Amino acid sequence: MDILVYGIINSVTLSLLSLGFTLVYSISRLPNFAHGALYITTGYFIWLFLNSLGLGYPLAVMLGIAPAGLIGALMYRLVLIRIRGMEISEIIATYAIGLAIIEGLRWGGLRGTTFTLPSFASGFRDILGVNVDDQRLLVVGVGFSVFALLYLFVRLTRNGLALRGIAQDERAAMMLGIDSDRMAVVSFAIGSSLAGLSAALILPLGNIVVEAGYNVLLFSIAVSVIGGLGSWAGAIIASFVIGFAQILTEKFLSSHFQMVIALLAIIITLLIKPSGILGRQKELEERV
Amino acid sequence: MLYVAGPRALLIAGLLLLPLILEMAPYWKRVVNIMCVYGLLAISFDFLANVVGLVCLGGAMFIGVGSYMTAIFNVYLHLPIYMAIPLAGLSGALISTLLLLPCLSLRGVYFAIVTLMYPLLFTRIIEALNILGGTNGITGLDSFPNPYLENYVIIVLLLVFLFGLRRLMDEDIGLVLRGVKDNDQSVRASGVNVTHMKALAVFIASFIGCLGGAYLAHLYMWTGLSLFALDFSIIPIAAATIGGGGYMMGALIGTFILVPLSEFLRFFGTFRIVIYCLILTGFIVFKSEGIMTYLSRKYSQFERWAKI
Amino acid sequence: MSILSVEDIGKTFGGLKALISVSFSVKQGEIYGIIGPNGSGKTTLINCITGFIRPDTGKVYFRGTNIRGWPAHKIARAGIARTFQVMRPYYSLPAYKNLIIPLWSPRARTIGGWRGGGRHGDRDTVAVDILEEIGFERDSRVPYKMASTLPTGYLKRLELARCIALRPEIIFCDEVFSGLSASEVAGLMPLIEKLKMEGITLIMVEHRLKELFKVADRIMALQFGEKIAEGHYREVIADARVKEAYLGSEEV
Repeated sequence: MDILVYGIINSVTLSLLSLGFTLVYSISRLPNFAHGALYITTGYFIWLFLNSLGLGYPLAVMLGIAPAGLIGALMYRLVLIRIRGMEISEIIATYAIGLAIIEGLRWGGLRGTTFTLPSFASGFRDILGVNVDDQRLLVVGVGFSVFALLYLFVRLTRNGLALRGIAQDERAAMMLGIDSDRMAVVSFAIGSSLAGLSAALILPLGNIVVEAGYNVLLFSIAVSVIGGLGSWAGAIIASFVIGFAQILTEKFLSSHFQMVIALLAIIITLLIKPSGILGRQKELEERV
Repeated sequence: MLYVAGPRALLIAGLLLLPLILEMAPYWKRVVNIMCVYGLLAISFDFLANVVGLVCLGGAMFIGVGSYMTAIFNVYLHLPIYMAIPLAGLSGALISTLLLLPCLSLRGVYFAIVTLMYPLLFTRIIEALNILGGTNGITGLDSFPNPYLENYVIIVLLLVFLFGLRRLMDEDIGLVLRGVKDNDQSVRASGVNVTHMKALAVFIASFIGCLGGAYLAHLYMWTGLSLFALDFSIIPIAAATIGGGGYMMGALIGTFILVPLSEFLRFFGTFRIVIYCLILTGFIVFKSEGIMTYLSRKYSQFERWAKI
Repeated sequence: MSILSVEDIGKTFGGLKALISVSFSVKQGEIYGIIGPNGSGKTTLINCITGFIRPDTGKVYFRGTNIRGWPAHKIARAGIARTFQVMRPYYSLPAYKNLIIPLWSPRARTIGGWRGGGRHGDRDTVAVDILEEIGFERDSRVPYKMASTLPTGYLKRLELARCIALRPEIIFCDEVFSGLSASEVAGLMPLIEKLKMEGITLIMVEHRLKELFKVADRIMALQFGEKIAEGHYREVIADARVKEAYLGSEEV
């Protein structure tokens, strides 16, 4: 039973982390290798606002997520927009920016393990006979609300429809008058903010460590590849797959294997069904 | 004839004389050694990215695999250094190619993703399972029998691979590899198995990188997690971008600029990575052709000018 | 006897049925034309047969072997070549260098007569020879010109030369006449005759019907992914469905 509960918690956590990455890729076909960096950036800013500026916690959180979204949007608007279409340059650029941010934060002070964020909710609760702390439940709760909100956004609002259009077929959407660059900025902003949001929720559970930036990136990539690059539903399904796999290995083997599971899952996916769980075959091949 | 041979002779002579010139400064001799290792990585990145079209975001993977393989051969299996290094190169290349094989038939972005992941994963696995020395690494590797060998082996390797790859590109198989980057559908329609070609390119590039890693391990007489460091991934990319892609020589020029620069920046700690990345991004956005391409373009512009 | 036999090829992209149960067979040495309005599935058909797209259903028999599902390079090696509608020669290379890749491939090496890969220089000579055969005048050094300087007529021939270098048995020509003036098309005709005389089977997808009818032995017409007519060109253009596909029907 605890496997079920922890499994769900882990899976929702993973999907919160990765949704931003998948979103950006689905709209603009750009793998945002700075995703992990944006996660850590939010953590840093929240801590900064909390401790150096003494702001209230909710305010600090909101102000903390903003830089992530802003940096993401700026990254597209200033850098990526100039190199669209050159796949090699795009990949290198997001990678370089991500590295610059993470290592910059490391140098700028995020060293050691003394940085923590307070939890929103303290206390424990009994769920189906398993003892779970409230913060984790908060993560799951917010996670599901985010899924619901995104779903509604994409079905009901104009911008959301535009995003879906571009995700399906960029050229056709452009012909209908949808500005794909503006939508890309929007998607980067949303995706990066999601990274920030997940940081705000998850970081209180542990310390803020710069290494987490790389880990988050790895997990996001793993989930996206396995779910099918560009498929939102696939990402959610994949995070459940990996989430439960991790919990199972933690129970029966050792907790060190979390990363290994992610890697194995990617390799297996690439060997068996490279387009991922819900990916489209089109994603795989170069155009004819 | 002279103007073709001239610069090359200058390069060869310069590199070969460098250790002698720096005889009095052992610190800088070591820098030259490391610079040559980075040079190997840079030309391997340049080859993969600009000739074949595969962006390798994880040069550290080759260095790390090469260094651990040579540690296994040298320390665990007690093979002498002159056998361990080549074997490390070959076995490392084999392992790397096998690990990268699943993504070779897919779009380029998958290769980038997978090469990004592997160095990070290797470190975590070694650390978590505490194998191959864990966080302490493996000590006790042999050093080079004499200092001349130590200095010149890597310089010779660098020169051999630089000119070797250039030669390869001029051969017909080089055309095929370039075709894979330019227009792989046409290459397929001509009856060539593109996945095999990519695998061959990856094997060559990883062989070069793993040899560099093996050399480095014997230079330090130690191998450990830090041989999977990010520096090894990012500096070759920056060097190839700044120096100009596609010619190998540009990547080397980039290395000669960046590595001494990084020595001066050592004072800044990990901030130097930030600087590389910012420079790299700047070049990608504004001057993506790189220094070498820019210079050769200017040279051909002015080459035939006649004085009026 | 038929060298290529296609049975019930079908391909659906998401909601779009690009090909619906297309079957035909081609005799060795004939010139077989495929016509149809835009969107009728002609290029998809070529892609399915030559291995660039996986068909959902159907079989493709080449000299009796089922080649459906084979990867593109394997089919090319077996002897089926194709041109691309959107040409992308290697512009920064001289014309003859464009042929090095097919000449380097295993098929050209074994059939061309030299084993173990010819040396660098051998391939260059063969490439220039092939180009000369198809009309690149050697004395004006045309084969040595950069591909970026050649006019479209020459580039189309270069694309065909790429196929010829493979020493194929079948060549799929995807709209080779498109973009050419009448005289340029007339210039291509001798090459097509020559290929036919050498026994190579040509399957030509074309929009330029007048020119196609001059050379083709049989024609197949496609519309919306289905075969609607087949036979000698006079029968095909007289067919009511074909007329309607191209010209529309009269509204009464």
